[in-house]
Amino acid sequence: MTEQTQAVENSSSSNGTSISQIIMGVLGHFVVKRFLFFIFVVWLASTVIFIIPRLSGQDPVKEKLLLEAQRGGAMQTGLDEMAKSYQKRFGLDQPLWVQYTNFLKDLAKLNLGVSIAFFPRTVNDIVFESLMWTLGLMGTVTILAFILGTLAGAILGWPRRPGWLQYVFMPLLTLSAIPQYLLGMILIFIFAFKLGWFPLFGGYSPATVPELTLSFVVDVVKHAILPAFAIIFSSIGFWAIGMRGMMINTQGEDYMIQADAKGLKGSRIFIRYAVRNALLPQVTGLALVLGTIITGQVLVERVFSYPGVGDILFQAIRLSDFFVIRGIVIVIVLGIAGATFLLDVLYPLLDPRIRVRNS
Amino acid sequence: MVQPTIEETRLSTEQAIQTYRTDARISDVDALVVKDFSVHYETDAGTVKACENVSFTLKQGERFALVGESGSGKTTLAMGLMRLTRPPGHIANGSVMLNGRDVTDLSDEEMRKTRLSELALVPQGAMNSLNPVMRIERQIIDGIIDHLDDDAPTPSKDELNETVRDLLIRVGLRPGVARLYPHELSGGMKQRVAMAIGISLRPNLIIADEPTSALDVVVQRQIMQTLGRLQEGLDASIMLVGHDMGLVAQFADTIGVMYAGKLVEVGPVEEVFSDPKHPYTKLLIRSLPSLQEKREFLGIPGLPPRLIDLPNSCAFSDRCPSRFEKCGESIPQTINLGGRRETACHLYEGEGQS
Repeated sequence: MTEQTQAVENSSSSNGTSISQIIMGVLGHFVVKRFLFFIFVVWLASTVIFIIPRLSGQDPVKEKLLLEAQRGGAMQTGLDEMAKSYQKRFGLDQPLWVQYTNFLKDLAKLNLGVSIAFFPRTVNDIVFESLMWTLGLMGTVTILAFILGTLAGAILGWPRRPGWLQYVFMPLLTLSAIPQYLLGMILIFIFAFKLGWFPLFGGYSPATVPELTLSFVVDVVKHAILPAFAIIFSSIGFWAIGMRGMMINTQGEDYMIQADAKGLKGSRIFIRYAVRNALLPQVTGLALVLGTIITGQVLVERVFSYPGVGDILFQAIRLSDFFVIRGIVIVIVLGIAGATFLLDVLYPLLDPRIRVRNS
Repeated sequence: MVQPTIEETRLSTEQAIQTYRTDARISDVDALVVKDFSVHYETDAGTVKACENVSFTLKQGERFALVGESGSGKTTLAMGLMRLTRPPGHIANGSVMLNGRDVTDLSDEEMRKTRLSELALVPQGAMNSLNPVMRIERQIIDGIIDHLDDDAPTPSKDELNETVRDLLIRVGLRPGVARLYPHELSGGMKQRVAMAIGISLRPNLIIADEPTSALDVVVQRQIMQTLGRLQEGLDASIMLVGHDMGLVAQFADTIGVMYAGKLVEVGPVEEVFSDPKHPYTKLLIRSLPSLQEKREFLGIPGLPPRLIDLPNSCAFSDRCPSRFEKCGESIPQTINLGGRRETACHLYEGEGQS
C-alpha cells in the first residue's frame, strides 16, 4: 500500500503543472461544475418561460387594451395603432430571436422589464419589494419551524425520552394536519376578529409610513404574528414526523448498538450518533423548502393580505400582468436552483460519504 | 504483519480441527461466571425464551467459542451479558459475575462504565458498526473520553492522537487511517478498527460477535490471528460467537454448543471434536464437509423448534436419532461428565456427577 502511494506521488510531482492543467482543474472542481449546472438550469427555465406565452399566439398588450376598452365602453378605433406603439415600447414588434437575445441580455443584468398593470413601475422594483416581506416573514418562520420541529422529532424518536413528552408533542402533530390557509382563517377569526388582539390584514397599518422606527417595527411584528403562527404550527408537525421516522431508523443501525457497547454517555449517543445521522435527510428537505419559500405561501398571504410575493403573484395573474408573472417565475427558478446549488456545495460537509474527490 | 501463505489460508475444516492451539496460557482465575442466565422476549404471541438457563465459566486467558445455528440464541446471550438487550427483550434471571461483581446488579451508569473498560464488544465491523459521519480517530477517542473519571483531567489532543496511533498500529493498520471515514476503508480494515476500539481500554473480557462474517477467507484468517494476538497481549479472555466450525476449532480452547436457547454441550475443543457427546453436536460435526473423502452432504433433518411455548421435553427430541421415551417427558439437565465436559442430554444421565 505504501509503495502504491509513493508511486502516485512520484508521478504527480514529475509532471509540471501547466496552465491548461490548472484550467481543467478549476473546471473539474465540483463547486465550479455545480455552478455551471446552476447557470444552465436558469437559462433553460427562462427560455421555456420566454417561449411558452408566445406559443399561445395571443398578444398580451392588445388583449389588455381590448379588455380595458370594453370595460370603459370606448370606441375601438385606433386600438391597433395604440397596440403597435405599446408593442414597440415593450419591444414586441421585433423578430423573435432579437426579442430572445434582448431578454437574455436583460436577464443577465437582472433586469426583468416593466410591469403592464402597474406601469411605469419596473418588475424588479415590484418583485424586490414584495420579496422583502416574504423573505422576512417566511425565511424566519421556516427556519424556526425547522429547528423546533426537528428538535421535537428527535426527542420523540429517542427511546430514552421521558414518557410524558409524547403528550406535549402529539397535539402539534395533529395541528399539522390542518391546511395553513384554514388555520390562518381560524386564527384571524379568533384573535383578530373576536378578540381584536392582532390586525386583520396587511403587512403594516395603512396609516403608518414605512420607516425604521420602533413603533413601525412593533407594528410589522404585530402584523406578522398571526401568519407566522399559521405557518409554524402547520409545518412543525411536518418536520417532526420526518425527523422522528429517521431517528427510529437510526436506532436499528449497527453503529447505534456499537455506541452503547462502547459505553458512551447517553447525551453523546443522542447528539453525535443518532441526531447527527438522522439530520441528513432533514437538511435536504430544508434546502428544498427554502428554495420554494420565495414563491411565498400564496394562500396564506392571500388570507392575511400580506404584501409578499404570493400576494403580488395573485394580483398579477388576475390582471394578466405578463411581465410581473414572468419576473416572479424567474425569481422562483433562481431561488430553487440557488438552493439546490447551495445544498450541493454544503451537503458534503455534512455527509462525508458523498464528499467528491478531485484526484 | 506476518502474511500467511496461501497453503495456510486454505486449510479445510478437517485440517483445521487438527491444528488446535496448544500454547494457551489459561490461568485458574475465573474471569466470567454465568449462572442460570435467561433472556426472554415478551411478544403478543407469548414469551420467546431466546436464551434459557445458560451456565458456563470462562478462565482468565481462555478462548471460549459459542457455536450454533441462526436463531439459537448466541447473539442474544452475548448482548445479554453486556446488558444491551433491547425491549421487548429483558434478562429474566441469572447472574453474571465479572471481576467479582454481578453485572446484572449494576446501576445503568455503572454498567455503562463497565462496558469497554472491562467488557468490550467486537462487532461485525465489516458491516456498518462504525458511525458513517465521524472520522475513525474520533470514534476511538469517544470511548476513551466517556470512561474518564469525573475528576480526571481531559487528556491533551497530542496524548489522544498518540493513543489512537498506538492502537491502530497494534491492530495492523497504518496510523493515517485515523483521519479517514468508515466508507473509505475495506471490510477487513473496518474490522480492525472495530478491534482497536474494543481493546482501547484494555478490557479483560472481549466478546467477539461473528467478527469475520462478510469477509473473504484470506482476510478472515488474518483477522482471527490479529484478534488472538491482541487477546494474548492483554491477557484477556475472549468469547467468540460464530458458526464457522473450522474457524472455531483453530481459534478456541473451549467450545459451547447452543441449540434452541440452551447450552447443550461444553468442553475443550479437541475433546468435543474428537468425541462429541450430545446427538446435536455429533450431527453438527458429521455434517462438516470433508476434502479427504467424497461423500454425501449430511445435514440435520428437521427444523429447530419455535422458541415460544417450548414443550416440557428436550428441544432436540424431534430431530434426534438417539431419541427414547424420556426425551419427550422432561427437559434434560446439564450433566458434568468429568473435567470441563458438560452436556444436557438424557443419554448420559447416571454417567456423570450432576
